[in-house]
Parts: sequence; structure tokens; C-alpha cells
Amino acid sequence: MNRFKFSALLVALFLLSACSGNATKDGVGDDVLVEERNGASTSGVSDQNADGRDLGAEASVVVGEDQFSSSELDDPSNPLSNRIIYFDYDSASVRPQDQAIVEAHAAYLGKNPNLSVRLEGHTDERGSREYNLALGERRALSIRQLLMLQGASAQQFRVTSFGEERPAVDGSDESAWSQNRRVEIVYIGR
Amino acid sequence: MIRKWLLKLGILLAFLPLQAQALLTIEITGGSDAALPIAIVPFGTEGMKAPEDISAIIRNDLASSGRFAPLDDQDLVSRPTEQSQVNFADWRLLRSEGLLIGKVSSQDGETYQVQFQLFDVYRGQQLAGKRYQVPASGLRALGHQIADVVYETLTGEKGVFSTRLAFVTQVSASDGKKRFALQISDADGANPRTVLQSTQPIMSPAWSPDGNQLAYVTFENGKSEVFVQQLQSGQRKSVASFDGINSAPSWSPDGRKLALTLSRNGNPEVYVLELASGELMRVTNNAQAIDTEAVWSPDGNDIFFTSDRGGQPQIYRVPANGGRAERITFEGNYNASPDISPDGRKLTMVHAVNGRFYIAIQDLKNGALQVLTESGRAESPSFAPNGQMILYATEQKGSGVLAAVSVDGRIHQRLSESGTIVREPAWSPLKK
Repeated sequence: MNRFKFSALLVALFLLSACSGNATKDGVGDDVLVEERNGASTSGVSDQNADGRDLGAEASVVVGEDQFSSSELDDPSNPLSNRIIYFDYDSASVRPQDQAIVEAHAAYLGKNPNLSVRLEGHTDERGSREYNLALGERRALSIRQLLMLQGASAQQFRVTSFGEERPAVDGSDESAWSQNRRVEIVYIGR
Repeated sequence: MIRKWLLKLGILLAFLPLQAQALLTIEITGGSDAALPIAIVPFGTEGMKAPEDISAIIRNDLASSGRFAPLDDQDLVSRPTEQSQVNFADWRLLRSEGLLIGKVSSQDGETYQVQFQLFDVYRGQQLAGKRYQVPASGLRALGHQIADVVYETLTGEKGVFSTRLAFVTQVSASDGKKRFALQISDADGANPRTVLQSTQPIMSPAWSPDGNQLAYVTFENGKSEVFVQQLQSGQRKSVASFDGINSAPSWSPDGRKLALTLSRNGNPEVYVLELASGELMRVTNNAQAIDTEAVWSPDGNDIFFTSDRGGQPQIYRVPANGGRAERITFEGNYNASPDISPDGRKLTMVHAVNGRFYIAIQDLKNGALQVLTESGRAESPSFAPNGQMILYATEQKGSGVLAAVSVDGRIHQRLSESGTIVREPAWSPLKK
């Protein structure tokens, strides 16, 4: 276990330096790594990923090893520990900087078909509550679609929308709103 | 200009378990210059004193409507309690067009005889007058009923003082967790009752046409689900708990069906549920779009709903039996939460301009749109059952409050409950 973590760290450090050394604008490094891991084409993702250096390093932890344990979900250096995807106002599109998180979960779910997740869609408080309930679902479904395109399968998902009814942060400013427009990836049974 | 005046009516919410001492208030935040002066003489008392001040209830109702300007008590030239004591010439000097007098009598403190007379001061004629016998517990309701008679006699529109409001409250309990309640109260905020409490959010209460049931959405089972509850018995039933969204209930005018939003087939669509049989009919079919917030036209022939099939939420109309949807709103890039006036001629909705949300009203015949509110945080509009006011939710000092605006935009009311977030208002139908 220790050895595994250490080697993962090495890989991560190496890649981090490699990435930052290259300072590529289009984040090619991320692309290659993730592709190696799950075989899914992610070129469309990486093209938009302009500043994903850290994500690349984190992604390498996932892709560097074939073994997974539940603790990975709790490792703060692991993209899997990031289980909230944020959205722009009235949008259900995953933002470029969050693509790597989605990819990591897709790979993890693909590798662990016995695991399942609940995708909880949320919106900010603005506008119609009922419309927001539907928008929250649209966000959760958009994450589900991405996860399925990248290796997870349909029966691993439960989709729930809470609309604007369960804000992560109370408040009526952009800071609160931006934290409330989200999909939470909840691993069931842990 | 709109003149500002305040009417405060504090009522102890004794029956609200979550917030033992919350205060509900009604404020007129903008009145119409055309408010009708009316003299309301404190009713006379014979025998036992009544536990409720009926003339004060009537006075509060009429003043809070924004349509009437009751004279101050100290300006009353005399205190007649029956017609023989009325000198119309005196009242004409006060420029009050209407004069209401009455008396309350009881021998035993249990049963009360109440009578009132409403006069046209200029003609010196009685416009309305009635005598009632009610138990002590019925005095408040009778006050509202008399206010309804006065309102209708002088304005030609039905009064709504005997109706009720449904709304959702949210409080933060001492453990820091949120508690939600679905409540109903009299139209003046008095007599609140808790219909449902939950640790999970509650949404979208909708009155049945007979006023005896509420449909609403809860998350008590971890996802949205539509319930119908009998108000008398408290008995309730889950009517939609399919996969995906179960939401936005709206009763058909005959009370037999619920329009609602289901995403059981992967996308939010409007369905009609026949309550007796449980039979579902799909009304909209647009796989890429959100279709939700159905509301029936008063004749039951059409369903209005919100859809973003054009890229942004707009209001559409579709035959209730299904068919081609027709877009109704064209002004602005965000129109949602439709409600239709009882006469079927007007649409109210949330209308966003530059990220701010207003209550607007649209004439369904000529399409003319008028924005009625000033604050940009309005949502959930609901017509009063007489079509004269629109009740909605808004925000004040960071807390959710209820407010109402007249359909001409001139009269503004605010109902608020201190320490409690109040939202999702729905105005009951008229008492049958």
C-alpha cells in the first residue's frame, strides 16, 4: 500500500513537472494520460482544457495504477475526491476545467462495475422553482451521459434533482449562486 | 403618485409548532389614489361582549385590500348602530361614499346575533343589509363574509376575504437544520394551520377547485413526489412517485385530474393524471426541452406551461387533450411560472429582465405585457380567485416574504412573517 502510494506520487510529480515544463496551452499531457487509462477518446475534452496542469497531475494518480480502493475517493490529491461539478447559470454543460473530474469518475466506475452513484442535480435560487427542478435534472443527466460515454454503464446511476431546494450555501450573491449550481456525485453505500 | 401608508395587523401564530411566537403581518406598501372613502362605525354591543371585534375585522379587510380608505374612528361624526340614528347629511360632509353600521348581541356568550347595514351616503339608501346568528367561534369568519358583501356591493367584484392562502415556510431549527412546513391561513394571515411538516423541502402547493384538498411536492422520500391531501382529515396519498421528476401539480377545473410534470421517460414532460383511475395521458412530447409548470385554462380546454424548446423558458399553450403547442410569450428571454386569471383573459408569470425577476401580466387577446413589480426577486405568482390581485413570493432583507399586487399594478401589499422564510404562495378558490 505504501509502495503503491509512493509510486503514484512519483508519477504525479513527474507528470506535474512535465506538464508545467511543457506549458502547453491545450493541455495535451492530460489527454494522453486519460486516454491510456480507459481507452475512451477524450480529445474533444482536452482541446478545451486550457489550464489543466494540476488536473493532469491528479489524473495520473488514477491512471497510474490498476488497483483501486475506496480510500481513493477520500484522497484529497485524487480527482475522485472531487465529487461536485459546478455549472454556469442556466447551463447543463460541463465546464472545461471540470472535464478531468468527470473523466476520473467515469474511469473509476468503469473499473468498478459493482459501484453505483447517485447524481444529485442542483441549481441556484434564481427563477422558477419548477423550471429549476427540471434544470437540476438536466445537469445530472448531462453528467450521467458523459460518465457513460467514458466507460460507466447505465445501471450504475440514480439521478435525482433537488432544483434550488437544497442549496449548498445560503445567500443571494454570485458567490453563493456559483456554489449552488452543481451536480453532486454520491457513491452509494459508502 | 402612489401614496404610502401602512396597516399592520399582528397575529400570534399560536398554532405553529415550529415557531411558537412568529408574527404575521399584512402591509399595504402602495395604495391606489382611487381608494374609496368609507365610514365603518364600530358595531354596537348588546348583552355579552363578543370575543372578536367584527367591525375591526371588516375594517382591516377593506383597508388591506387597498381599494378602500376607511375613515379614522375619531373622524366619525356619530356612532349610529341602526338606521334611525343615521343623519346622512353629516356623513356627506365627510365625503365618505359608504357608511357601514351594525350591532352584535348575545344573551349567553355562546350564540351571537349580528346585523349590518351598508348605506350609500349620497342617496341616503341602504345598499345591503343582513342579520346572522353565529356561534362565538364563527364571528371572525362572519366578519370576513360581511367584508366580502361590502366589497362586492361597492366595487362590483367578488370579495376574497373569506378565502385562504397556502404557502411553504422554512425555519432553521436550533440544531441548525432546516425545517419546512406547508401551511394554510385565512386571507388576512390569521388562523394559520400546519398541513405538513418535513425536514425536506416542500414545493408547489395547489388548491383543488372545491378548496378541500391540496396537491403538493415533497422530497421526504429522497426525491420529488406529488401528494394529494384532504385538509379536513389530514389524510394524504402519493399520486406520482415515478423515476425522475414528479412535480408541478395543477388541478383541472372539474377537480378530477391533475396536470403534472414527470420525467419518467427521460425528459420532463407535462402529463394529465386522472385521479380516480390513475390513468396517465402525456400532453407534451419534446425530448430536448424542459416542459413544466402546467396550469389549466378556466374552461379546462387548454393547458399553459413553461418550455425551453425555443432555447429559453417561455410560456406555451396546448390543448388539454394533446396537440400542437403554441407559444404565448415573446417579450424577454425568460418567462416562466404561468397562472391564468379566473376569467381566462390574462396570464401572469415571472418575467426576467437582465437577470432580475419580475411579476408581469399579459393580455391573452392582444399580447400586451405589463410589468407589475419593482423588486427584481419575485417568483411564484398566483391570481386571487376574483382576479383582482396577484399573490407572489419575493425577498426582503434576505428573507422570503409574500406580497401581492393588483392587476393594474397600483396596489401593493406585503405579508411577512418575522424569522420565517415564506414562499410558494397559492390563493384558494372562492368558497362555494
